[in-house]
Amino acid sequence: MNPIDFLLWVAFPYAAMAVFVVGHIFRYRHDQFGWTSRSSQVYENRLLRWGSPMFHYGILMVLGGHVVGLLVPKEWLEFVGVSNEIYHVGATWLGSIAAVLTLAGLAILIYRRRLNTRVLLATTVMDKVMYALLGATLLFGTTATVLFQVLGAGYDYRGTISPWVRGLLSAQPDPALMANVPFFFQLHVLSATLLFLLWPFTRLVHVFSAPIGYFVRPYIVYRSRDTHRGSGARKARRGWEKSVLPTSARDKDAARR
Amino acid sequence: MRVMAQMSMIMNLDKCIGCHTCSVTCKQVWTNRTGVEYVWFNNVETRPGLGYPKRYEDQEKWNGGWVRNKRGRLKLRSGGRLKRLATIFNNPDLPVIDDYYEPWTYDYDMLTKAPLSTESPVARPKSLLTGKNMDIKWSGNWDDNLGGSQETAADDPILATMSEHVKMEFENTFMFYLPRICEHCLNPACVAACPSGAMYKREEDGIVLVDEDACRGWRMCVSACPYKKVYFNHKTGKAEKCTLCYPLIEQGKPTICSETCVGRLRYLGLMLYDADAVLAAAAIENDQDLLEAQRGVFLDPFDPEVIAAAKAEGIEDDWILAAQNSPIYKLISEYKVALPLHPEYRTMPMVWYIPPLSPVVDVISTTNNDGEDARTLFAAIDKLRIPVEYLAGLFSAGDVVPVESSLRKLAAMRSYMRDINLGKDRDESIPAAVGMTGTEIEAMYRLLAIAKYEDRYVIPKAHVETARELEELACSLDTDGGTRHGRSDLDRGTLWQDSGNAVQRHRRQLQRDDRQRRREDQTDNAWPDQPPELERRWPTGRLVPAGS
Repeated sequence: MNPIDFLLWVAFPYAAMAVFVVGHIFRYRHDQFGWTSRSSQVYENRLLRWGSPMFHYGILMVLGGHVVGLLVPKEWLEFVGVSNEIYHVGATWLGSIAAVLTLAGLAILIYRRRLNTRVLLATTVMDKVMYALLGATLLFGTTATVLFQVLGAGYDYRGTISPWVRGLLSAQPDPALMANVPFFFQLHVLSATLLFLLWPFTRLVHVFSAPIGYFVRPYIVYRSRDTHRGSGARKARRGWEKSVLPTSARDKDAARR
Repeated sequence: MRVMAQMSMIMNLDKCIGCHTCSVTCKQVWTNRTGVEYVWFNNVETRPGLGYPKRYEDQEKWNGGWVRNKRGRLKLRSGGRLKRLATIFNNPDLPVIDDYYEPWTYDYDMLTKAPLSTESPVARPKSLLTGKNMDIKWSGNWDDNLGGSQETAADDPILATMSEHVKMEFENTFMFYLPRICEHCLNPACVAACPSGAMYKREEDGIVLVDEDACRGWRMCVSACPYKKVYFNHKTGKAEKCTLCYPLIEQGKPTICSETCVGRLRYLGLMLYDADAVLAAAAIENDQDLLEAQRGVFLDPFDPEVIAAAKAEGIEDDWILAAQNSPIYKLISEYKVALPLHPEYRTMPMVWYIPPLSPVVDVISTTNNDGEDARTLFAAIDKLRIPVEYLAGLFSAGDVVPVESSLRKLAAMRSYMRDINLGKDRDESIPAAVGMTGTEIEAMYRLLAIAKYEDRYVIPKAHVETARELEELACSLDTDGGTRHGRSDLDRGTLWQDSGNAVQRHRRQLQRDDRQRRREDQTDNAWPDQPPELERRWPTGRLVPAGS
């Protein structure tokens, strides 16, 4: 086994997975207050009204496509009657629509973020890193799709990338599967892996607070005071620390006397 | 019957002089931070006027509150659960910051640092969002005292529902102030709209709060609240709102806005209500019946059945006693002079108002008539349709009857008490004309005019036997980062710092300077302690034993 292949297609993905899982757990336990979508809608809404839904609905379609393409084995789809040709046409068409929506949405969002001063100044370093990685991943993925699936004869990633992903998830990694994958697909996979690695430390954590529970909970929520106060006997949670006046040593001395 | 207690407020608008002290002290305590510069948990509006944020009462535009659907059930005006989640990527009803106002500061440095020149230096306004120079065009009370209202007041959503001659004439006719805080509704639309379930109504006292840890910044509460009293902290990305100063209330103390009110016009106390009856009352068909429906939800704290049911719900004796002594109960249910703000939003608001008689009295006084004579006052209330209709648009979904009834009681009190003060005979026909007795009028007078501290604020302490001892304002609010300024290692790093702007950079520099000074202070002050374990020799040469 080529050590570089091992590094890129086994070690790096597993490191990213570990950071992804542990990072999320850590942040969920220690930074509930920082866990937010950090919306900038109050600054500007004219562009966001278009950009945000386009991007989000697009990326949800992209996510769905990746689940079907990567996690569902080819044979299963064939078993339910989805042949290679049908899959290819469906994936290319739906994928293209999703890509156009997502990329156009992201373009609007980045344009807005760069040119609206209010939004720009509320942008953190982590936001910028995240935007760069997300944009790169989308661009590499789209380039690969256009080059191979739309213009080219079609690359059967379900024979290489998909089993590699499933292998990673089932603890039977096979780096050889990725060794001869076209360059743009490789780039796409690598930048996505890096994005997953940084995910828990960006605002992307808001993906995991999608409020599905809203469908089933009662409208009016009642809560008792006592179960929800964070001071006194229980260890103070972040943000609820008691405020202490800075005391000079002289005052302390006086208090002792 | 499920008895619940609600901490509620009443404001006596006749006494409001529009000084904004409530707003300022509230801001100093709660929203004096980056991210909520534009936020006023308490604001005072001049009416007629646009309000804050601009035209918030126009629910055709903002879709706040509840509506009754064809099947007679309540539905959020902004749509059901599915629509809410479908529009989660862009809230269609959210006011942007310009609907409130763009917060600003002034370039004060210019005043002291400008080089010598023939012109005086000017402190220009700088946007707190962009750091750039800006022109101030609007603020939280830009139309204060009807300032500029020729331009803007025609857009007042309440005036818009009234006839043309009213719009033309209102300015010569009347003006009053409307202080507003969160209504702590019995049927809060903000709580219902929160996708994360982060907003809740406290079981003990009905205060509506945001769990800042659970809030994910979806902003649905901001748009669902018809009073626009939930705000978005644009720095932390979380919702914030009036807390009814619960750390004070829990200790039996009034809120900051009440405590500092110059006119002493705010009342705080408990209302007992039947939580099972709220939904049916809020879903009643006719908007104008909502006031009576809400009054019907309140329970008589003297009724033995209610007392037994309250005890069964775990409400302690001192709380029941407080409910019996509550000025709120007296003003809403006994004297019936207090009215809710916009009952037609169907949220069952719990901050009520005593409508102002002063617009009527002002008109009478300008015509050289006796503004304290009962018959003149009664006649004026009947005749002066404009203020009464306007007040009805605010307090009773357009029904003038409750407003008139309330104003007539205030007028009766005014003239009945004048006779007493002047040593004349009591004219019992005056209270009788408004369906009250002289004793009742006198008691109401004591509550409204004398307004002793202990009569205005009947606040039972929170029960802590089962919990921990309560601390006064345990969290410090004076730094960036929301009400929860405590910093973990996570956000101390530069990765989570926004790029900031000139103003913020300046502020950070000031903070750094401040820290530096504090460190220096500590070093300066350290000398008496060093070395603590050894004897120190004072300048006099006397030996001072350690630890003395």
